[in-house]
Amino acid sequence: MTSVIESAGPAVSAGSAPAPKPRRSRPGTGRKWAEIVLFVGPALVLFLGFVILPVVLAGVYSFYNLPQAFQWDDLADPERFVGFENYIRALTDPAFQKSVGNNFLILVLSLLIQGPLAIGIALLLNRKLRGRGALRLLIFVPYVLAEVIAGLSWKLLLQPQGGVNAMLEAVGLGAWQQNWLADPNIALWTMFAILTWKYIGFAILLMLAGLQGVPEELAEAASIDGASWWQIQRHITIPLLGPTIRIWVFLSMIGALQLFDMVWVTTRGGPLNATSTMATYMVEKGQFGGQPGFGSAVAVILFFISLVVALVYQRFALRRDLAGAITRGVR
Amino acid sequence: MNRRSTSRLVALTAAAGLAVAALSGCATGSGGSEGSDGDVTLTWWHNATSGPMPAVWEEVAAEFEADHPGVTVEQTGYQNEELQRTLIPNALAAGDPPDLFQVWPGGELRDQVANEYLMPLDDVIPDTVSSVGATVNPWQVGGETYGIPFTFGIEGFWYNADLFEQAGIDETPTTLDELVDAAGKLREAGITPISVGAGDKWPAAHWWYQFALHSCAPEVLQAAETEFDFSDDCWVEAGEQLKEFLGTDPFQEGFLGTPAQTGAGSSAGLVANGQAAMELMGHWNAGVIGGLTADQQVPEFLGWFPFPGIPGAAGDPTAALGGGDGFGCSADAPPECAELLEYIMSEDVQKRFAASGSGIPTVPSAVSSLEDQNLAAVAEGLAASSFVQLWFDTALGTTVGNAMNEGIVNLFGDAGTPEDIVTKMQDAAATL
Repeated sequence: MTSVIESAGPAVSAGSAPAPKPRRSRPGTGRKWAEIVLFVGPALVLFLGFVILPVVLAGVYSFYNLPQAFQWDDLADPERFVGFENYIRALTDPAFQKSVGNNFLILVLSLLIQGPLAIGIALLLNRKLRGRGALRLLIFVPYVLAEVIAGLSWKLLLQPQGGVNAMLEAVGLGAWQQNWLADPNIALWTMFAILTWKYIGFAILLMLAGLQGVPEELAEAASIDGASWWQIQRHITIPLLGPTIRIWVFLSMIGALQLFDMVWVTTRGGPLNATSTMATYMVEKGQFGGQPGFGSAVAVILFFISLVVALVYQRFALRRDLAGAITRGVR
Repeated sequence: MNRRSTSRLVALTAAAGLAVAALSGCATGSGGSEGSDGDVTLTWWHNATSGPMPAVWEEVAAEFEADHPGVTVEQTGYQNEELQRTLIPNALAAGDPPDLFQVWPGGELRDQVANEYLMPLDDVIPDTVSSVGATVNPWQVGGETYGIPFTFGIEGFWYNADLFEQAGIDETPTTLDELVDAAGKLREAGITPISVGAGDKWPAAHWWYQFALHSCAPEVLQAAETEFDFSDDCWVEAGEQLKEFLGTDPFQEGFLGTPAQTGAGSSAGLVANGQAAMELMGHWNAGVIGGLTADQQVPEFLGWFPFPGIPGAAGDPTAALGGGDGFGCSADAPPECAELLEYIMSEDVQKRFAASGSGIPTVPSAVSSLEDQNLAAVAEGLAASSFVQLWFDTALGTTVGNAMNEGIVNLFGDAGTPEDIVTKMQDAAATL
C-alpha cells in the first residue's frame, strides 16, 4: 500500500524537464548507461520484486477462492476461479461496510478535531514562552513511542478495572466510569481519543516546521499597522501555513484509511466490529480466517479507495503545491 | 576511464553481486541443512514460552544432542497464535519449514496433508504412534498419522474454592441448573460469578461449543465435521440455550473487551486475583492463572470440575470437549527429526513433562507422574469421558471456525441470533 505514498514522491524531484546537455561522444554515453544501470538496477529490482509484484499478485489472488496454505497449482484450478465473487462478498458484508464507515469517520474526525487542535497548539508553542522546549518534547513523545507499546498501555489502562477508571473514582468522578474499549457504543470514540493522543504530535511538529517558513517581517509589519495577534494569525500566518496544512491533511487521510496497528493491538477491531477498520478486517479474514483470496480482494478495495481519495485530493487541493509535477498541465 | 572511476565501478559491481547473493541466500537458509561432514541441524518450533515448559524442551534438546553426536537441535518457543496462524503457515508456504514443529489437528492438518507438507509417521516410528492409543486419532488423515500429541486434555471450570465457600456453595455443580444457582449465589454475595475472555472470541465460543456438544448427537457432530452439514436443529438449540444462560447475567462487566490470558484484567487474571469465581477453560489454564498471580504460583484456592450435564439433552452426557498439542515433521526433514519426536514421546520425557505440571501427558504410563491436583482431576475427567470432541473451531478449520466464533460473540453482545451463528457457518462452508 506504500505505493500510494510513493506516487507522491516524484513530485518533489521530477519537477523540471531535463536541461539540454551538450552531446557527448559514444564512449561517454556508454559509461553513463552503465552507471544508470548500476545505480538504478538494484533499487529497481527490489522495488519491482517487493512492491509492484505483490500488488499485482494480490490483484490476481483476489479473483480466486484460495485455501489457507495455497500453492501455485490452486491458481490453475478452474474451480478456484470465482471472478468478482470475493469483491461482491466483501462489499455486501455488513462487517466490511461498518469497517469502511469507521475508516471514513476517523478520517473526518481527524481533520475536524486534530487539525485545528494541532494548528492552535503549534501557534502557541511558536510564541516565546518559558519551558517551550520541554512542552514541545512532551507533546512529541507519544508519536515517538512504538505503536504496540502505546496500544498495550492504553489497553491495560482502559480495562474496566484499569487505571483510567480507578483515577476517575479517586477524584470523585466515579459516575464517569466506562467500559472504554469493551462497550461497542463508545469504543470507536475511545479509539479516536487514543489516535489523537498518538498522532497529534506529528501534526504539531509539521505545523511548527511550517511556521518557521512564515517570515517574521510580515507579522511585524502587520503589528505596526495595528493588527492584533489574532488578526495576524488569521490573515497572515494561517494562509501562509496553507501548503503545510494541505500536506498534513493528505498524510492524515492516508493514515486514517490505512489505520491498522493501533486498532489491532488495543481492540483487534472489536468489540462486535465497533472499531474494525478495512485493514483489520483484511487481516482478520485473509490471514486469521484462512481466506487469502478474499483478503486480497479486500486489499485491492482498500488500495483503490486510498488511490481515489489520494488522486482526487491531489487534483483539487494539492495542485498548487505540486504544480508542474504529477498534475502537470493543471493551472 | 580513469583509475578512480574504474575502482568505483568494481566496487559497485561487487556491491551489487553481494546484494544478489544475499537475496538468493534468503531462499536457502535454515531447515535441516546437512553439512559437508554429515552434521545435521534440526530446527524445532514449539509454543512453550512461559512456565516450566521452555526449560523441559531445552533439556530434551540438549539430551538429544548428547546422545546423537553431530546433531544440533535449534529449538525456539513462540507465542501460540503467532506460531499457528502466521509463522508455520508462512514457513510452509515458502517451502522452508522448520523440521519439527507444532501440528494442530482438524482443518489445518487436512490442508497441510493435502499440500504434502508433512511426513507420514506410521512406518518411521510405529511404536511411538501406538504408544498414545486413540488420542492420536485427531492427528490422522485417511488412516495415516502426521503428528503425535504430547499433551491432551479436556475443558472444564477452574474455580476459586474460597469464593465458593464464601457464597455458601458446598458442592461443585453437576447440572446446568445447579451452575445457574451457583452463579446466582455468587452474585448475591457480591462476587462476579464467571469470567469470560470474549475479546479474544474463542473463549466465549467455547460456551456455545459445550451447549452444542450436549445438544447434538454424536452422528450429527460427525456429519458436521466431515460434510459441514449444520442442518440439524440442535445447532440452533445450542444458541438458544446459550442465550437463555446469558440472560442470567453470569459474566463479568465489559466481557466483550476482556482478553483471555494477558494481564490482570484478563479472564484468567480475574480468577487468579480473586475477582471472579470461575472460568470455563482448557486444561492449560492452571499454568496461565499461575503466571498472572503476584507470586507467580498456582493459587491454593484453585479447583477444577467438568462442565455440568444438561438433563434431557440429546447429546452424549459423558462427552467432553478438548484438544491437545502435538508435533510433526516436515515432509523433507532429515530422519533424525522422527528420532527426536520419538525421544520427546518417550516415557521418561513424558513423565518429566507431567511432573513439571505443564499439562497432561498422552502416554498412559506417565499420567501417574502428575503431581498437580488439578491436572490429576482433569486427567480423571478425561478418562471418564466416553468420547472427546475436538474444539469445534479446530475441527472445522479456520474458515468455518472463525465465522462460527464471530457469530457466537455477536450473540454474546446481543448483536446476533442463534440462527445467525448457523447461517454464518453455512456461508463460510460454502466458500470452501
